[in-house]
Amino acid sequence: MVATQETIDKVKEVTSSYKYGFVTELEAEKAPLGLSEEIVKFISKKKKEPKWLLDWRLKAYKKWLTMDEPNWAMVNFPKIDFQEIYYYSAPKTKPKLNSLDEVDPELLKTYEKLGIPIKEQEALAGVAVDYVFDSVSVATTFREKLANEGIIFCPISEAVQNYPDLVKKYIGSVIPIGDNYYAALNSAVFTDGSFVFVPKGVKCPMELSTYFRINEQNSGQFERTLIIVEDNAYVSYLEGCTAPQRDENQLHAAVVELVAMDDAEIKYSTVQNWYPGDKDGKGGIYNFVTKRGNCLGKRSKISWTQVETGSAITWKYPSCVLKGDNSVGEFYSVAVANNAQQADTGTKMIHIGKNTKSTIISKGISAGKAQNTYRGQVQIQKNAMGSRNFTQCDSLLIGDQCGAHTVPYINQHTPSARVEHEATTSKISEDQLFYCLQRGLDSEQATSLIVNGFCKEVMKELPMEFAVEAQKLIGISLEGSVG
Amino acid sequence: MSLLEIKNAHLKLDDKNILNGVSLSVNKGEVHAIMGPNGSGKSTLSYMLAGRDGYELEKGEILLDGISLSEMEADERARSGLFLAFQYPVELPGVGGMSFLREAVNSRRKFLGEEELDHLAFVKEARKEASKMYVKDEMLKRAVNVGFSGGEKKRFEILQMAMLKPTVSILDETDSGLDVDALKIVSDGVNAQRNSENAIVVITHYQRLLDYIVPDFVHILSDGVIIKSAGPELALEVEKNGYSGLINAA
Repeated sequence: MVATQETIDKVKEVTSSYKYGFVTELEAEKAPLGLSEEIVKFISKKKKEPKWLLDWRLKAYKKWLTMDEPNWAMVNFPKIDFQEIYYYSAPKTKPKLNSLDEVDPELLKTYEKLGIPIKEQEALAGVAVDYVFDSVSVATTFREKLANEGIIFCPISEAVQNYPDLVKKYIGSVIPIGDNYYAALNSAVFTDGSFVFVPKGVKCPMELSTYFRINEQNSGQFERTLIIVEDNAYVSYLEGCTAPQRDENQLHAAVVELVAMDDAEIKYSTVQNWYPGDKDGKGGIYNFVTKRGNCLGKRSKISWTQVETGSAITWKYPSCVLKGDNSVGEFYSVAVANNAQQADTGTKMIHIGKNTKSTIISKGISAGKAQNTYRGQVQIQKNAMGSRNFTQCDSLLIGDQCGAHTVPYINQHTPSARVEHEATTSKISEDQLFYCLQRGLDSEQATSLIVNGFCKEVMKELPMEFAVEAQKLIGISLEGSVG
Repeated sequence: MSLLEIKNAHLKLDDKNILNGVSLSVNKGEVHAIMGPNGSGKSTLSYMLAGRDGYELEKGEILLDGISLSEMEADERARSGLFLAFQYPVELPGVGGMSFLREAVNSRRKFLGEEELDHLAFVKEARKEASKMYVKDEMLKRAVNVGFSGGEKKRFEILQMAMLKPTVSILDETDSGLDVDALKIVSDGVNAQRNSENAIVVITHYQRLLDYIVPDFVHILSDGVIIKSAGPELALEVEKNGYSGLINAA
């Protein structure tokens, strides 16, 4: 902690002489507070990026300056001062994750509850873990094995160096720099993230997994992930997040882009468990994420599965653009909001190609004073003849102070297409709880069981080991919400 | 010492007196039947014993194997060996029967200081007991009580009883909604669990069930008090003369 304080002091010192230029700061481990063109240049230079990428960032930054924060979501929070955020911080030395002593005890406690000590995660059969530790990827495993199959799985900063053509071709191709306020911000200042490329005909033999972790105070997290799957190839990607307790709100504005060619399939699963703040929401993470998949190819398929239990505020709509004829988009979501958490999440399914098909299953769980909103858009464009969508939104309320909201937008421009929407709202009844208690389950076990039953349709979409973890996580997130 | 001892139990719901001094002693190896007309307090009595929220005793005491239940929550009572077969078993959407059984059994085992059963051992045991209750594997894979017929629900209740091996079981109107065949299966299941170490309290409107589960004692509950206790012949008297004669005589 002493080192951190030193860094902060040093940065303060540096910041005061900001206007005199930027030369000395290049050696700093952390960019000075705030955002400016110089900061964007600093990040790009720090990462030794080619000029095209710097130009791309600067374009995004300029676009961002002209944009306003979206205010249509059903969430409330004090205005973010974007000049009070550090946009780049690199660990001075690579954290030694081999030693559990060096891991935050809060984090360890969570892992313990989840029954997955950090060491064991690596050992989980067939899971390659790429730790993103405070903006810089510090460890990548299983890469060689994947390389033998022609699969690239590496930090995106490395991909920029080693596969610039691929990155240049696809970055921003699904989510343009000016797509939305946070995506523009991310494009300007993204620090790292994952890059996956699966060549034609290759089925990735293992689940690819990244465990994100927010570590340093006040360092905004701007991850950028790009996954490209060529014809007839397949990948399953897992993203999981945990964060230790802290006092100040942290902004997280990630961007994830997926591209699927002909007959390609991408399965993207997320278990998100960032610090939700205390009972009053103080100190939780703001999770403003843009995720979109492009089903470019015929018969391609992109499937998003998410279990969202953390964050003070979640603003997230993993979407599919169904361009290829007969392509398929899926969205399976469980969003848990307890105490003062606010979640506004859902999806967009944009049907462009013929006979495209999408399925949306959303399960929202609200407890405490939380507000949980499903917001989804289904758009069937003119040429999307014979397309179909099925949407099911179920909300479960625990207690009488929380709220659930469903906001579907449906734009239908093709008579031959079919769109179905179903929505239900229910409560955990006293009868159900008493029945479980009478069988010897305590109230937390009972709640967890009932809630997991409610989410079953989504849980079964998760890879096995992830599903077990997610189930426990949901139980933990709702601790103390009943009885 | 009695296995279950109810002493002068008083209970109010919404300021209305429901139980007005119920006393009952149930010894090991005994089966007691509590009969009574609608509104006599039968279901309230079972909820009170099981510790449902809102059914706390106003006065009196209940002891399970000599230990007071008053301060125990419903789940603690259940783990201590008190089982309630519900009149209306509750649906738990998405919760698989097998996993529900397993959680329940392991909670009880943990309480008893026994090792939790591993998955295989548990499934084997569950299947064995299930077949006795004519509960098929397929039913155990379904969500608890969801889409079950009346008979299936009651069979599943008795299966849970068989798996949990409670010391005292309370069967609340277990015969309601059952046809003759189902009644026989359920009764056989209950009878198979009678032994010298446990006790069963059967709550029912009708004498019919008591042809199958023959009690040692029959009690008539009326207006929240037991007005008469006797042997199984009392049930026949109810069948013949109805409750009114007994109540007027009391």
